[in-house]
Amino acid sequence: MIMGLYNYWVVVVLMMIGFYIVIAHGNLIKKIVGLSIFQTSVFIFYISMAKVDGGTAPILAEGITQYSNPLPHVLILTAIVVGIATTALGLALAVRIKEAYGTIEEDEIQEKDNLDC
Amino acid sequence: MDTLMDISSAVFLLIGSFLCVSGGVGLLRFPDFYTRMHAVGVTETLATVMILIGLMLQNPEGLVLLKLIIILIMTLFISPTASHALASAAVHNNLLPVLDKKEATEKEASSNP
Amino acid sequence: MVATAIAIVKMKDLFAIIMLLGIYSLLSACFFVAMDAVDVAFTEAAVGAGISTLLMLVAITMTGRVENPSRHKPALALFVVVVTGSLLIYGTLDMPYFGLAQDPVHLHVAPRYINDSMQEIGVPNIVTSVLASYRAFDTFGEVVVIFTAGMGVLALLSVVRHPKDVAIDNSKIDAFNKCMHEEHLILRIVAKVLIPFILLFALYVQFHGDYGPGGGFQAGVIFAAAIILYTMLFGMNTARRVINQSATQLFAAVGVLLYGSVGVISLLEGKNFLDYSALSADPIAGQHLGILLIELGVGITVTAVMVIIFFNFAGRRNDQQNKENNDL
Repeated sequence: MIMGLYNYWVVVVLMMIGFYIVIAHGNLIKKIVGLSIFQTSVFIFYISMAKVDGGTAPILAEGITQYSNPLPHVLILTAIVVGIATTALGLALAVRIKEAYGTIEEDEIQEKDNLDC
Repeated sequence: MDTLMDISSAVFLLIGSFLCVSGGVGLLRFPDFYTRMHAVGVTETLATVMILIGLMLQNPEGLVLLKLIIILIMTLFISPTASHALASAAVHNNLLPVLDKKEATEKEASSNP
Repeated sequence: MVATAIAIVKMKDLFAIIMLLGIYSLLSACFFVAMDAVDVAFTEAAVGAGISTLLMLVAITMTGRVENPSRHKPALALFVVVVTGSLLIYGTLDMPYFGLAQDPVHLHVAPRYINDSMQEIGVPNIVTSVLASYRAFDTFGEVVVIFTAGMGVLALLSVVRHPKDVAIDNSKIDAFNKCMHEEHLILRIVAKVLIPFILLFALYVQFHGDYGPGGGFQAGVIFAAAIILYTMLFGMNTARRVINQSATQLFAAVGVLLYGSVGVISLLEGKNFLDYSALSADPIAGQHLGILLIELGVGITVTAVMVIIFFNFAGRRNDQQNKENNDL
């Protein structure tokens, strides 16, 4: 059972590490890095589900009978590109926050907001 | 003939892997940035060349061989240039090499009165 | 990969963390190859280990390199993480085992695509045929998302340049270039030799996506990487003269427009939106033509958007540096 399920456990471990970085660290750039780790672990989850023992890449060729499942590949292709679009926007927002507040640590930004109010 | 190609391709792949590992060991054990880069730059390029030649001997015909040759030429261009870029960036940022162990201990002794 | 992720958690130096993220992306690309997902591995290597690392590095030059140590204890966060993790692992006990051919995910929809793709579309790469023909509408949404991200970065980070600043820049640029040339001679020469090959490879990947791994996204990212390499080595000012900013913005819109027009043409011919058999007399030739056109649209948009994002990040940094120099 362990050999059959350990790929899911590795994915859960990676996902939790990414989750921990997002909620426990104050620096905005580090949160974006944690989000990226989280995203990649989800990709690994889908792609490991798509693999068939003894299959090959889903490109039709002579003499191959067993192919790996191509549908999760399509989903993850879209997901990777959307992921980098959101990362780029997040980084642009972090740069603007730095210019407006002078810092990108979460605690200091909240303090500055409280002072202004 | 086939077994000769198989054996020689296996030999090349093994040499390439050994060079990669020794580059890694050098990365960990050398004392200074420049010596580490020297270790890694030389062994990594040669290891890539050996592995590519081993792969070429596995299947020496057709389009795959041409693609592997192109990858080989590109690697020979790119890898030393990357090492050069790293080294010149380090010099630009005033990271000086440690010339001699005796000189390093002398510097420490003279700067701790 | 778990070791790399834990190292990212522990470290405080953001530069090293970004390098580790690049290694993590490359390792996951290798994992995807081992799982027979060659298209995905290609995209992840190009996007994750290339463009993502680059953008984060440029962002760090503007926001600061070291993270402040956190002032509160992480006990509550660790508790939440452990509880969520154990719930998820409890959930995986029901999942089908890894790699078996009788898993439900392989049984219902996938065989139809694997068996019928060749007759209906005639393209050997099943991933491309599903992405570009069976599910072309989702890919349309994806292209619009990339376009929106580019517009968002443009709205947040663009710097307005006055015409008189541009005029002064031109005369300073040539003098600057001459003295920089000596310093970076080897890099510039090797780059000038390599950039045409990179562009050729990007074109190859774009049009070979039907027969092997590849397609619009990967080709767009590699195109953008070549242009970014040129920009990094020769300076923003020279690159701005070579690559016109408004032309790049126009190209981003042209890609989306091309994609949409293919769909609208199918509508005008009396069939469904993005139904390629309306494009030509023979349905299979219509499919080929449709896939070619939309992959071209995707490639153009992705290239233009990546270049726009990089130019805006780097241009903002240039502006900050100029302001600091003028203040001093």
